[in-house]
Amino acid sequence: MAVLLQQLLNGISLGSIYALLALGYTMVYGIINLINFAHGDVYMIGAYIGFIATALLGLGFIPALLLSMAISALLGMAIEKVAYRPLRNSSRIALLITAIGMSLLLEYTTMYIAGPDTRSFPTVLTNRQYSFMSGQVNISSMQLYILVISIMLMILLQFIVQRTKIGKAMRAVSMDKDAAQLMGINVDTTISATFAIGSALAGAAGILVGIYYNSIDPLMGITPGLKAFIAAVFGGIGSIPGAMVGGLLLGMIETLVSGYLNSNYRDAVAFVILIIILLIKPSGLLGKNTGEKV
Amino acid sequence: MAAMLELNDIHVFYGAIHAIQGISLTVREGEIVSLIGANGAGKSTTLNTICGLIRPKNGSITFMGNDITHLSPADIVKLGISQVPEGRRIFTNMTVLENLELGAYKRADKDGIRQDIEDVYKRFPRLKERQRQIAGTLSGGEQQMLAIGRALMARPRLLLMDEPSMGLAPILVKEIFEIIKEINNAGTTILLVEQNAHMALSIANRAYVLETGRIALEGPANELADNPQVQKAYLGG
Ligand SMILES: Nc1ncnc2c1ncn2[C@@H]1O[C@H](COP(=O)(O)OP(=O)(O)OP(=O)(O)O)[C@@H](O)[C@H]1O
Ligand SMILES: [Mg+2]
Repeated sequence: MAVLLQQLLNGISLGSIYALLALGYTMVYGIINLINFAHGDVYMIGAYIGFIATALLGLGFIPALLLSMAISALLGMAIEKVAYRPLRNSSRIALLITAIGMSLLLEYTTMYIAGPDTRSFPTVLTNRQYSFMSGQVNISSMQLYILVISIMLMILLQFIVQRTKIGKAMRAVSMDKDAAQLMGINVDTTISATFAIGSALAGAAGILVGIYYNSIDPLMGITPGLKAFIAAVFGGIGSIPGAMVGGLLLGMIETLVSGYLNSNYRDAVAFVILIIILLIKPSGLLGKNTGEKV
Repeated sequence: MAAMLELNDIHVFYGAIHAIQGISLTVREGEIVSLIGANGAGKSTTLNTICGLIRPKNGSITFMGNDITHLSPADIVKLGISQVPEGRRIFTNMTVLENLELGAYKRADKDGIRQDIEDVYKRFPRLKERQRQIAGTLSGGEQQMLAIGRALMARPRLLLMDEPSMGLAPILVKEIFEIIKEINNAGTTILLVEQNAHMALSIANRAYVLETGRIALEGPANELADNPQVQKAYLGG
């Protein structure tokens, strides 16, 4: 029982990182039908910004988090404007290949500038352990930070999407671009805002992971990016609640598998889930049935 | 009366398809102008070109003295042109109220918006009862009313309507045409595209008949309704 609880706690922390990342995939897919393969690399850049902010500029955790989110947002907007917007009316495969190219560009530019080596974060947060059930269940303050910040960001996102003008515009553009334009909505601005928000969430995930695992490298975005993509498909690509649920579930399933079976199966599990979902319910847990997917 | 909208020798292409082949038309302030024509004649293309969704290859469009040929759809909405598009195109995943709010996207006057939502509800009481309902669950007639209400939320001076009677039962068709007259009486100029030529000619001041991208006939609506050519082709006799 205690072991299960411990695994679930760990799973939720990991899962909320996947959820933060999955949100960016799902929002971008919802609005321009693109699997943005460079998304995991925005997360990596977010981690590097966090590193620069804490190790070089000496900022505290919260200012570093905000800086990293802001710069990631700008990066996301720049990627959209430079790489994807000119191809908006091209074939989907052209877009997809561009996204992969953008991903490689970000990875190897970072490698060129920062070097290929793993870097370790300075300790910006005192990491305490909190024990429950006579020491059988532990939660670290870092896990609590991840959890609380992710939840706050997701609530904020829901608020933006459901209640604000730009959020309504995002939903309208996702649903019907021409009708949205007839309302006077500027489609370019709205798509830009979607990239900004999704990328800010990725940046937050990047710095949280950097601090949690205390190590970052230029290729760190590849695996979590893929996992988050799977989480988004699992929850139903295009669905915001789906990305949250998919991310949390994937995180929990992974930790349960590595806890009870074998940690070597951990990565395989995500892909097994992807295959099963694609075979049984391609629209995902909370998605609508809309036929073709990338 | 002054010309409110003027299309001057507009040509529109879809790739190699020459969909609009030199249309010139005028809508004067306060009028109801009908645009009728067979399927594929280019009626929707004309409206979407006015709204800036499609760019003409040649020709110019002026609205209240402004050249709007190259303006963005958002700027055109801001100048006072709204469209009730073909097939309604409401935002089906959003609530009735959210659809209306989106109609007022370019406006910043919160009180005015709230007042106009109430006015739309007064005109369409069924929308008020369903304001928190997801728009996709409305009946066809209710969706059409929502599409009209949403377009009115922009406070347009010129309202373009693309086949508002499509797919509605005869009694609802009558209701929709009554509403169009009311909107016009309240001061909004209307350019109406219709398959239902009989109704369209009965409420319009003037009309244009479109055939494969060209204007074949134009004139006062009652004269066109008496024209044997029009009767044969569009009025079923
Ligand atoms: N997106 C498009 N791509 C290519 N051709 C198009 C497109 N939209 C319309 N067309 C063509 O342009 C011509 C005019 O179409 P349009 O939709 O304007 O006709 P319409 O008069 O509104 O017809 P309907 O009464 O059926 O709505 C048609 O030949 C149509 O096939
Ligand atoms: Mg049409």
